[in-house]
Amino acid sequence: MSPTRIIREAKERKIDIIAVADHNSTRQAGLIKKLGKEAGITVLTGAEVNTREEVHCLCLFGNDEATNAFQQFLDDRLPDEENDVVIFGDQVVVDENEHIVYTEDRLLISALHAGITEVEAVVHKLNGLFIPAHIDRPFSGILDRLGFIPENLQCDALEISYRMSETEICRNYPELCGKYFLRSSDAHYPKDIGRATTVFELEENSFEAIRAYLKNK
Amino acid sequence: MRQEAAERRNQTKNNLEKMNVKDVQQALELRIFGGEKGFDREVNGGYVSDLLSDVMGNATEGMAWITLQTHLNVMAIASLKDLAAVILVNGNRPEEDMLEKANEEDIPVLGTKLSTFEIAGKLYQLLNS
Repeated sequence: MSPTRIIREAKERKIDIIAVADHNSTRQAGLIKKLGKEAGITVLTGAEVNTREEVHCLCLFGNDEATNAFQQFLDDRLPDEENDVVIFGDQVVVDENEHIVYTEDRLLISALHAGITEVEAVVHKLNGLFIPAHIDRPFSGILDRLGFIPENLQCDALEISYRMSETEICRNYPELCGKYFLRSSDAHYPKDIGRATTVFELEENSFEAIRAYLKNK
Repeated sequence: MRQEAAERRNQTKNNLEKMNVKDVQQALELRIFGGEKGFDREVNGGYVSDLLSDVMGNATEGMAWITLQTHLNVMAIASLKDLAAVILVNGNRPEEDMLEKANEEDIPVLGTKLSTFEIAGKLYQLLNS
């Protein structure tokens, strides 16, 4: 799942906008945004944060400054627990030619020393988008971990996985009927890119346009 | 002579006090899901948590982990921390890939219909009696 590979797959599947969010890390953001631009694909960058409550949340940003500021927050709050390469695999950052330029020693699937409320606040302070990830999933989705979506948690959208439909979510969680849902692939392997998509009606293909679109939903 | 006898008695007592996973499984009548090859692992304590990050940060080698989580990552953490066994509560069963990993790692996965509170109480009593 190198940046080069991701962009290639997205291009082949004729996807216009992709969000790339590694677990608790934004270090590939710069490269993948650049490659996306060259291929005519808008890339939203950020991270899939694992909060203290072990809820996964998509945190996406509109510019490098915000992304970098968020990376600082992540570095600050990531537990010192070391990665075990044998059990969890490598955690590497690569360049355009898929050469390793950085290795993250701390385990990235850890839960941050930060609760979901704080993460939401930090994201919005940086004018980013805060979207609870795959809310329908057991184990790491907000509905399973917390049982509900906290009333004063400001979510720009709710992501449901490719396994779920809006009808089903509404049936199982009536209080969520009428909310805006995004469906995405949550691809961890290249073959899964585009297995679920969402269509936006935008005047232009940009982060700001998407943000405005979500705000009106 | 008396001192030697006393030392021998103490030694026996200590050996008896060392429980392994099989002992715990039998005493608490736990269901066996897999990882039986690890039954001789010594159990020196217990940890109760449903947050992987918490277990990662606080559990230590030889503890029996009591949880309702049935996810593959449970075994990854159990392996990382060298835990003695995983005890699933509320009648929960391990997911297929979790069970596979348990058998790969030889870490026993056991189960109970009891709640976390109840089984933790029983395990605590067992290890401290």
